Amino acid sequence: MSLTNDQLQAVAHLARIAVEPEWRDDLRSDLNAILDQASMLDDPRLNDLEPMAHPLDQTQTMRADEVTETDRRDELLAGAPAAERGLFLVPKVIE
Amino acid sequence: MSSNQHARPDGDATIVNASIPELRRRLDAGELGAAELANQFADRIEALDPKLNSLISRVDPVAPAGEGALAGIPYVHKDIFCAKGTRTTCASRMLADWVAPYDATVHERLSGAGAVLLGKANMDEFAMGSSNENSHFGAVANPWDESAVPGGSSGGSAAAVAARLVPFATGTDTGGSIRQPAAYCGVTGIKPTYGRVSRYGMIAYASSFDQGGVIAKSAEDCAVVLGEMAGFDGRDSTSADREVPDYVAALGESIAGLRVGIPKQWFSDALDPAVGDAVTAAIDELRAAGAETVEIDLPDADIALAAYYLLAPAEASSNLSRFDGVRFGYRCEEPRDLQDLYERTRSEGFGAEVKRRILVGTYALSAGYYDAFYRRAQKARRLVTDHFHRAFEQCDVIAGPVTPTPAFDRGAHASDPAKMYLEDIFTIPVNLAGLPGMSVPAGFVGGRPVGLQLIGRHFDEARLMNVAHQYQQRVDWHTRMPPLADDANQ
Repeated sequence: MSLTNDQLQAVAHLARIAVEPEWRDDLRSDLNAILDQASMLDDPRLNDLEPMAHPLDQTQTMRADEVTETDRRDELLAGAPAAERGLFLVPKVIE
Repeated sequence: MSSNQHARPDGDATIVNASIPELRRRLDAGELGAAELANQFADRIEALDPKLNSLISRVDPVAPAGEGALAGIPYVHKDIFCAKGTRTTCASRMLADWVAPYDATVHERLSGAGAVLLGKANMDEFAMGSSNENSHFGAVANPWDESAVPGGSSGGSAAAVAARLVPFATGTDTGGSIRQPAAYCGVTGIKPTYGRVSRYGMIAYASSFDQGGVIAKSAEDCAVVLGEMAGFDGRDSTSADREVPDYVAALGESIAGLRVGIPKQWFSDALDPAVGDAVTAAIDELRAAGAETVEIDLPDADIALAAYYLLAPAEASSNLSRFDGVRFGYRCEEPRDLQDLYERTRSEGFGAEVKRRILVGTYALSAGYYDAFYRRAQKARRLVTDHFHRAFEQCDVIAGPVTPTPAFDRGAHASDPAKMYLEDIFTIPVNLAGLPGMSVPAGFVGGRPVGLQLIGRHFDEARLMNVAHQYQQRVDWHTRMPPLADDANQ
């Protein structure tokens, strides 16, 4: 299975990563080398196995429904690239 | 060494190479002050780290609070662990200036035990890499041979401990990122069972694999540190709610009669014969200590590798979607609109390997491919895990190589990511199964260290560290220092 340029562009858009033209061919060949290895997963022994999502087959634990976090808005906003009056700033979305 | 001898202030070899219990004893006896000890290691960092680049930032030591098991023991965190008020970069431009607003559980516990943080260690960006060459803050040199990589992704942690810049360091292991650099740098590392150590405050790469652990000089030191780090944490939904045994107390047990499984497929053409010889010699030592060896089957390492390099990128593509230039970290200059903000921030903020893995993962999870890739890889994960369960019916621990070769030259695999991934062929299956694994120094090939890998059943860290400790009672590989570390004392 190998990735075409159009597929690469579509994936790059989904990931919100720009693929510059000068990087495109190298990237495609790197990704195809990785995806080539995925052909091993065609092994028929896998057909009837249950997919494994957690190494211990543990289900997610639930904690008591109690408030444990305090309001730390200002501390958390301090790490944002742009914030004002308690809000994250982004470029204008609606004209 | 007489017990009333005072430490020389500058690079006392009996201190820089001392075990954590020995340092604790000297601190308790008043032969050594905690501030003096911290300063001595801080001075070594100052003198030696410019040659290694093992640290991204230094932290001014804070006097330990209380009398915990690690009171006064200096260490560094892999720069993936949040420690409130410290710059926490994950070796990425994306977080180059980000200051953690809270403590990781691991940090909270180590601080509670009195450990003294001296810095944040270099690593592969977002823990993606096997050579520590994917760091925004530059590559790290292997202290044994500056032309070699230290391994990765916890390369800075392993190099810092090897050069005796600190007695121990934290690391994380998603596909081998503690064990492989520990092997390459000649230090001891443990990746615990998945869920044993809390992931809270540990920046996520692939959440169903990521596990924090320890890199130290010896199994004994690993046991002391892991005992403080491990345990249930309600803030990590995958944390294991199981009691933590007394790892140090378990170190005295004889390994007579212990069944050591040797995976026959791992001693194949893919393994450098000289590495194979060193590992075989290490296994002979276990036998000399009374262990029995039994040949076991662990096939399909190639399938494990293929599955891992879909599953981990898939999880990464989801985890790293949070880096969008809005909530934290880097933002591109003058974005035209929101789309441009996302795209340029991520394109400029992430390095090439991180982008590669995000793209692979995004593709593997995209509509129409999920069943062919992600689900199929999850089935492969089951296959590989079943092989381990079967093997553990015949043996108590598994022993083999950590890596196919000793540390490779810097730049050697830079142009071929798929080749680089082969370095992880013996470590990745362990992560797929969520088992605990260790790397233990087992000699040298061409002047570069080689590691023995020990793998245990789920939550069998106590036994694993005891086997490593019994081995280290018989050999001295783990006490050897690279010439660079010794030079500081001359």
